[in-house]
Amino acid sequence: METVACPDCDLLQQIPPLPPGGKARCARCGETLAQGRVDPIDLPLALTIAAAIAFIVANTTPLMGLSAVGREASTTISGGALQMWQQGSQITALAVAFCAVIAPGGHLLFLLTVLIAVRRPPAPRWVGEMLRSAHFLEPWSMTEVMMLGILVALFKIAQLATVLPGIGMYAAGAFVFLLGAVLVTFDVHEVWARIEWIDGKVPAPTPDASATGIAR
Amino acid sequence: MTAAAAPSAAEAGLVSCRTCHQLTRPVSRASPGYCPRCGAALAWRRHHSIQYTWALVIAAAIFYIPANALPVLTTTALGSTESDTIMGGVIFLYTSGSWPLALIVLVASVMIPLGKLVVLAYLLIQVQRGAVKNKHDSTRMYRLVEFIGRWSMLDVFVDAFVVALVQLQPLMSVEPGAGVIFFMAVVVLTMLAAQTFDPRLLWDTASERQAFGA
Repeated sequence: METVACPDCDLLQQIPPLPPGGKARCARCGETLAQGRVDPIDLPLALTIAAAIAFIVANTTPLMGLSAVGREASTTISGGALQMWQQGSQITALAVAFCAVIAPGGHLLFLLTVLIAVRRPPAPRWVGEMLRSAHFLEPWSMTEVMMLGILVALFKIAQLATVLPGIGMYAAGAFVFLLGAVLVTFDVHEVWARIEWIDGKVPAPTPDASATGIAR
Repeated sequence: MTAAAAPSAAEAGLVSCRTCHQLTRPVSRASPGYCPRCGAALAWRRHHSIQYTWALVIAAAIFYIPANALPVLTTTALGSTESDTIMGGVIFLYTSGSWPLALIVLVASVMIPLGKLVVLAYLLIQVQRGAVKNKHDSTRMYRLVEFIGRWSMLDVFVDAFVVALVQLQPLMSVEPGAGVIFFMAVVVLTMLAAQTFDPRLLWDTASERQAFGA
């Protein structure tokens, strides 16, 4: 049994050990508090490596090509941002680059490092810092939104020119599904439980509420 | 701790780390200190949650107007120039026979940003008046806003890739319009607003709210 406070409504409650696939919901507001995972480290690690490969391919190969009246053009993911920059919308270009390339890439890189580091607990403290950054980047990683945006853009262009999807498009699609699988199998709680505490303590098997905040 | 009136962590004098969810007994009521596990600063509730969220919601509401009024794409083809606003893009998709895509863009670009502003303002007013009518529904609305917000970025991506592909000078070219940056600002500001709002405020009792000064 472990005591936690619900992040959405602050209700104190105890969570029993969960069977794989089991879920603990907040008794008051229904927020998911914990999930039992079959293989909390190695399975997401394998998926993260696969997602990293898909991400590299998606960003280095042409997303799609276009041909109209005998002329041809092609673009990559970062090409979308680059063209925006050159057309004078620098801030929007930065936002597109951040949400389509930097945030997904950083998020994936941090997750990969964290998962490799926590395989042998206790993991060093900087792993916690990295996990915090990954958590921060997660909502800004918008590859699936970008894919839908590309679909709409393709439809808009289809009347003007012939559009051919490139390898990058399939890789980006694979990346969206693999990242989804990583997030479903990844157990933040299990990872935190394996990280060395900032006050030098080695994680206890069952953390309790008696710990005291440190004044700095 | 009885089952009938289970206390919140704050009532029990405990604080939950926002980063790693470790439950901790803080150093003092006034300054809770740092999480012993991950080192993040501890806080009873997100700092100035209501003020920050209001500021972001108001800024986003102001930007929402130029985002919809100004063109997002300017197409130049064979000497003639045409500008499209977000609604213009929706109408274009609809008239060219793709109502599912028109609906997706309408929901993601017009309805979601507006809905987020209305819901966040409603939640803020409820918390400030100290009477949250339906805590369950309010929490559910908050989660929806937090989850769905990123999909509004759709139109920014559409514009970026149309601009990137249609560069067939001198026959035809597409340039981003002035509205894109305002629209992007609306999406980013409402996402930040959802992050600064603390849903626990919806559940706090009057005495708790006074104690945190939120």
